[in-house]
Amino acid sequence: MAIPTFTFDAVIIGAGGAGMRAALALAKSGYNTALVSKVFPTRSHTVSAQGGITCAIGNAHEDDWRWHMYDTVKGSDFIGDQDCIEYMCKTGPECVYELEHMGLPFSRTDDGKIYQRPFGGQSRNFGGEQAARTCAAADRTGHALLHTLYQQNLQANTHVFSEWYAIDLVKASHGKGFAGVTVMNIETGEVAFMHARAIVFATGGAGRIFQSTTNALINTGDGIGIALRAGLPVQDMEMWQFHPTGIAGAGTLVTEGCRGEGGYLINKDGERFMERYAPHAKDLASRDVVSRAMALEIRAGNGFETKGVQHVKLNLVHLGADLIKSRLPGIRELSMTFAGVDPIIEPIPVVPTCHYMMGGIPTNVHGEVLTVDADGTERSVEGLYAAGECACVSVHGANRLGGNSLLDLVVFGRAAGLHVEDQLQEHLPLHPVSDDDIEAATGRLRRWQDNKDGESVSDIKAEMQKVMQEDFGVFRTAEYMASGVEKIKGLRERLQHAVLTDHSKVFNTARIEALELDNLMEVAAATAFAADFRTESRGAHSREDFPKRDDENWLVHSLYFAEGDRLSTRGVNMKPKTMDPFEPVERVY
Amino acid sequence: MTEETQKIHFKIYRYNPETDKAPVMKDYYLEVPKATDMMLLSALIQLKAQDETIAFRRSCREGVCGSDGMNINGRNGLACITTLSSLKQPIVIRPLPGFPVVRDLVVDMEQFYRQYEKIKPYLQNDEPAPAKERLQSPKDRKKLDGLYECILCACCSSSCPSFWWNPDKFIGPAGLLQAYRFIVDSRDNQTTERLKDLEDPFSVFRCRGIMNCVDVCPKGLNPTKAIGKIRSQLLKEGT
Repeated sequence: MAIPTFTFDAVIIGAGGAGMRAALALAKSGYNTALVSKVFPTRSHTVSAQGGITCAIGNAHEDDWRWHMYDTVKGSDFIGDQDCIEYMCKTGPECVYELEHMGLPFSRTDDGKIYQRPFGGQSRNFGGEQAARTCAAADRTGHALLHTLYQQNLQANTHVFSEWYAIDLVKASHGKGFAGVTVMNIETGEVAFMHARAIVFATGGAGRIFQSTTNALINTGDGIGIALRAGLPVQDMEMWQFHPTGIAGAGTLVTEGCRGEGGYLINKDGERFMERYAPHAKDLASRDVVSRAMALEIRAGNGFETKGVQHVKLNLVHLGADLIKSRLPGIRELSMTFAGVDPIIEPIPVVPTCHYMMGGIPTNVHGEVLTVDADGTERSVEGLYAAGECACVSVHGANRLGGNSLLDLVVFGRAAGLHVEDQLQEHLPLHPVSDDDIEAATGRLRRWQDNKDGESVSDIKAEMQKVMQEDFGVFRTAEYMASGVEKIKGLRERLQHAVLTDHSKVFNTARIEALELDNLMEVAAATAFAADFRTESRGAHSREDFPKRDDENWLVHSLYFAEGDRLSTRGVNMKPKTMDPFEPVERVY
Repeated sequence: MTEETQKIHFKIYRYNPETDKAPVMKDYYLEVPKATDMMLLSALIQLKAQDETIAFRRSCREGVCGSDGMNINGRNGLACITTLSSLKQPIVIRPLPGFPVVRDLVVDMEQFYRQYEKIKPYLQNDEPAPAKERLQSPKDRKKLDGLYECILCACCSSSCPSFWWNPDKFIGPAGLLQAYRFIVDSRDNQTTERLKDLEDPFSVFRCRGIMNCVDVCPKGLNPTKAIGKIRSQLLKEGT
């Protein structure tokens, strides 16, 4: 089967913040770049980010990127790579000023500077008083950022393949590295091969492995699935952030900025319970800490119940109508739509909700994908990059701080773009490719075309989401996880026989959902195996049978390879370039 | 159907160009719990689990990505923030009017995006950028409120008769809202050029003040007001 071939210097898969920032860097370089996205770029999930982008530009008070770095390392529960965190925090201000120059409509201070608000886990002077470090465009920062980057890409004439879906990586015929990626035009069903010297994954998260998530329906871990099928490892996949404030029942996000602006959580007695769990930071403790406290309150019978859903409440009433309307207008809109509650008048029902994948495709500080050979040698994969939520640089370690996700996107989207440009200038070749290898990278399509008798995509997806929700949630134990692993293995096998009934070509969304489920299942399996593997509690990974952090054995990243569900570990980088490292200490807020 | 559930009746526009000569309105029924309300998008997702051939776009499911604009009981809106309880049955769902239909509820939005691109929707400032941010007073920043929040769902342009008549020449409400967003941004210094690009008889002046755009905008924005401001600036510059 000969399929059309497009040839590019670089192909970027995914048009959220990371993909569009990388594309922008490359478009300006003059290299022939394709930006492939399964949705029109401004429909990407970055659009849903609310509270802001964190960096030490010091508009609210004296600030220092090293203080930001300290908070991020501590937030990561010490398995964030310190060389990468250093790079992110240090480069952050430059990247944020760039966004402002591009036109991002930041909110402003009285003297006309970018407005910054307090967020969780932020401190001044290495653990001192609360900082205000998150740059915001009201509570629509992601929307403002994504649209700004799309607009810049329009101006730069980036070649956008909108509503094209990436299927799989194609091996180079000489056996080393990758020659490109197979893609499908969703509108026509046409399959093509994109032959490229460099490939950047920017496919975002995969929160849809859980029943209840703040994530968009499109967050199906496509890049993770593709990487695993190509024999590459994924890192720290047990680390999933549960955001404290998803609207109960609906799962939609309520920004941490609400608590940054002075909001607080209450239980059914009206008690501000975070004072008991985090006496110093209270409601602005790290997300893992707040989510666990909420889960414990609900478990102790201190929650509210609405239509069968247990929850606590987020009180903003005391902030007053003016502040809510000017700083949190989007939250008011979402709360009224999805909870039927106007936060000016009454508190919002909230519950910890799956929000962010700290794990992902391991990369170095340039966004180059890392792998480990059979003999244990670690190396980067030439020409292959990952940035944003699908990547694990790792700047978030075991727990991401609020506002660090948008920063990660622009810093490492840009870094990947710049490094690709550099490598294209140097030597990156267009690898030779065989028809057989292209054919192999469309195997999934044929399976879905040929299967005649089996279960439906929606049934298997629902069952997978239930297993992940019940056995790999906020609290985890060996017993549940072992049974969860078995269930996921069973579902993974059943998925191989599942059927698609719609085989039409034009805008066949059922086919896309089937292909997405292949990826979700890879992510679920990686998560389940990695969670069972790590026998300690750290950051978002909280085990009732191993309640303590175990630095002696687990101050490491986990690695998972799909082949044989193999697990291993790799060291955490403790060598920042310009300063002494932060040594692990007990993490209190 | 039990005491706790009710049956909801939908009529959905179905058209697959590979197999259908003409579109049909097909009946669908969904049993939903009486006690809880549900967004139309959730209902469509459940219907798709019954009949996976129904095609529609969706992404964020919270009204910020603009994917699922459709015509719901004769009015454009986003399925993800429209409750079933707010809709009379049968709930009639059609693709956004005025655009070529690709399949079912999926329309070809090329023309809409081209009009958006025409207004040069990016900040232009030919002075060198400072080392830090360009300053902007809270008062100047406030002028962008009600403009920058557009999600490009096309509910407005697709409900605008002037856009239906001249989709190639009239920018349409969404594009003009963004045109004004850049005209009024204190950091953009190409206002004169921007206005010049709009002074022909069609780009702005085809707006007849019908205000369907204001009526349907799911984000509560007011394109007509922005168009009015562009017009008065054009007239002022012209005299």
